[in-house]
Amino acid sequence: MIPASFDYHAPRTLDEALALLRQNEGAKVLAGGQSLIPAMRFRLAQPEVLVDINGLSQLDYIKEQGGYLALGALTREAALEESPLIRHSYALLLDTAKVVADPLVRQRATVGGNLAHADPANDHPATMLAYGASVVARGPGGERVIGIDQFFTGLFESALAPNEILTEIRIPTPGPGAGGAYLKIERKVGDYAVTGVAVQLTLSGNVCKSIRIGLTNVNPTPMRAVGAEQRLTGQALSDEALEAAGQIAAGECSPSADLRGSEEYKRDLTRVVLKRAVRLAQSRVKGSN
Amino acid sequence: MSQHEISLTVNGAAVTKTVEARTLLVHFIRENLELTGTHIGCDTTSCGACTVVLDGKPVKSCTVFAVQANGATLQTIEGVAPDGKLHPVQEGFWEKHGLQCGYCTPGMIMTAKSLLEKNKKPTEQEIREGISGNICRCTGYNKIVEAIQYAAAKLEEAR
Repeated sequence: MIPASFDYHAPRTLDEALALLRQNEGAKVLAGGQSLIPAMRFRLAQPEVLVDINGLSQLDYIKEQGGYLALGALTREAALEESPLIRHSYALLLDTAKVVADPLVRQRATVGGNLAHADPANDHPATMLAYGASVVARGPGGERVIGIDQFFTGLFESALAPNEILTEIRIPTPGPGAGGAYLKIERKVGDYAVTGVAVQLTLSGNVCKSIRIGLTNVNPTPMRAVGAEQRLTGQALSDEALEAAGQIAAGECSPSADLRGSEEYKRDLTRVVLKRAVRLAQSRVKGSN
Repeated sequence: MSQHEISLTVNGAAVTKTVEARTLLVHFIRENLELTGTHIGCDTTSCGACTVVLDGKPVKSCTVFAVQANGATLQTIEGVAPDGKLHPVQEGFWEKHGLQCGYCTPGMIMTAKSLLEKNKKPTEQEIREGISGNICRCTGYNKIVEAIQYAAAKLEEAR
């Protein structure tokens, strides 16, 4: 399969990339390309212009600063897996990076692309929702910071304007008592999730002080399980509380039946996986054992 | 539609060619460079038969445009044994019968080689995870895992 024809540009600076987007209506940004190129091969996407940002190495970094983890939008999934900082302090993010597609795809796939594509089947949206992350976008008018809760606006649609480029993702540095986990059920390596649950919580003793839960591929847009979060906030994490939260999440998501299972099956799997993900996150809180 | 002149190093040799922007790296390798050891299995970024090593990283060459390889160093299966002496990974596939039909083998070898460069003593689990982006429909993977274990031991001996 061969993509439709397009004009290709490989800018050397972010300003040059932004100018190209401004000058070419309908241009698409090419980052890792692991979603866009398959879509172009199937001709599900036929952009007339591609702006390849792989040469913008200034967008490839992982660093902690000012109370948050800053990920350059071009950070490859494989780099997350290998980062000592991520391995030490960001369990939810590490879990996620390990299950995105397959090891070869992860050599090129980027975190920024995974979010900007706004596919509810992608893994980072749920994770960033659970972290309460924010994304930085650069456009002709300068830079703006978008809260992740405002970022996903529809199926494959985000708050990014066509002439903006996502440049950075910011994850609040987990404080004392924090733990996280991402659990994904997939039929085989490389498939999208049947369901996936991202949890980031903070405990005080056995009481859940705060929790955010993101769900993968069980809704037309990436979503938080807000009802389940409310059920657990301020509560001891008893089996009863977890079961109730799982049932609430199963009710508040909206999966579609497909080859991966019926709607009912996906809801029930979400209930079960949510309980497991909360327990795993809890077990990772430092000093919890 | 834009045409681009690209220069890259392929298996140690400098190459300059003109490509259409939409040309996938795998098509460039097979049709322009006439290196047909790199296979096309699925065309959907699933199977890994087209795996090559681009700037030191194993990637699916069906999911990179040739124009993106401008300035890069590319290694294909043809560049693994330049002097005709099998690489330990190739030797492992030979000795341990790591293939039946052989279609996935070039991609498996490129992935395995990269894996062993990063992780000199992988566990069986790490090998299985490492090749999980490469699909084999014949072997059930056991013989491939043994081949990579053979190569790891062989490389260790040589150090």
